[in-house]
Amino acid sequence: MMGLLLASGVTAVASGAAPKAAGRVPQPVIESARGDKCVEDPAFMRRNHMIVLKHQRDDTMHGGIRGAKHSLKGCISCHASQTTNSVAATSTNFCQSCHSYAAVKIDCFECHSSRPAATTAQHLSPQAKPAQTAAAQQLQEVAMPQQVKP
Amino acid sequence: MHDTQPSSMPSPAPKSSRRGFLKVAAAGLAGVIIAPGVRLIEIAQAASGGPVASQGASSKVRWGMLIDSGKCASGCTDCVTACNTENGLSGGKLPTDSQWIRKIEIKEVRTGKTQSLPMLCQHCAEPPCVDVCPTGASFKRADGIVLVDKHICIGCRYCVMACPYKARSFVHEPMTNQKADVPRGMGTVEGCTMCVHKIDKGEMPACVSACSDAGHGAILFGDLNDPNSDISKRLASYPSRQIREDLNLNTGVRYSGI
Repeated sequence: MMGLLLASGVTAVASGAAPKAAGRVPQPVIESARGDKCVEDPAFMRRNHMIVLKHQRDDTMHGGIRGAKHSLKGCISCHASQTTNSVAATSTNFCQSCHSYAAVKIDCFECHSSRPAATTAQHLSPQAKPAQTAAAQQLQEVAMPQQVKP
Repeated sequence: MHDTQPSSMPSPAPKSSRRGFLKVAAAGLAGVIIAPGVRLIEIAQAASGGPVASQGASSKVRWGMLIDSGKCASGCTDCVTACNTENGLSGGKLPTDSQWIRKIEIKEVRTGKTQSLPMLCQHCAEPPCVDVCPTGASFKRADGIVLVDKHICIGCRYCVMACPYKARSFVHEPMTNQKADVPRGMGTVEGCTMCVHKIDKGEMPACVSACSDAGHGAILFGDLNDPNSDISKRLASYPSRQIREDLNLNTGVRYSGI
């Protein structure tokens, strides 16, 4: 049973690490989000997330409107990776994955934190990551088989 | 080819709008009967079910501080520490590191009397940093808080030169581990934001809370436009000064006892 779990864990990790081949075209890895549903239709967001983010950016910066539907903090809190707790720490994380695939540089995270606000502190310490063993990570992957979607 | 750019922002589904309106109207009537204190906007937000955004900055208020240098203890740096912690500043590990608030000691030369006071962005009504900014990055919000829009800032540092209070800093080094509420990045200018992220949530700036927690209570924060606020009453009844009054900047930070 354990061996089976580990074996399927390895498969999940392997499929998570490399861009998945769908037909002849390589696809970016998209980690599933923590929430149930995106604030907009995913197809709309894929093409227009930069527009709604920029619109909200000016409302927040100049108008002081915080916590609105299209806030960057909202995106990050839902899309932060279960393993790195970030949207841009590794090449498979939500924002970075597509952006490296499309070769578009993200400037957001040179200033903005790529981690959700509430759990920032616990993931800042460098000791936190090595404590988690490879097997534990694999089991975590097994527990969340929906993490990797085409 | 042009399908990537929508002609307008997404609008809510038209199907649900009439039902939503009826729901709001019904809830509004119920609100009047059950609880007269409930405002329509709150009912509308609750009915929509989406994330509730803060109301935003209003030009009806002007945030300000009154610093009583008589209560400010010499050697105490609690306000500086609180600012560094709240905003993720290093506290001066490198000579080029940012400083948003600092403690200064002033001395009357003839009598030798010394006084201690915090110096920070004075949130002027006529800010010189905004006048000189070539890109419009340095701006004053509707509620009087002077900020830098780092999306627009090109790092020319004219505002640093123009500020009579030396309140602005330039970020020289790459930044990591910023606070989620306080984005900071290399190549831009920054300064005291009056903890704008806390004010928008209805909280006090970090330095004000730290000063009262330390038992000094030397910094009074409030709305300068509201004649019934503590700060306005104090300003109306006791003498206070603006630093460099001669420049006619109408600062939002006032001092008493100097």
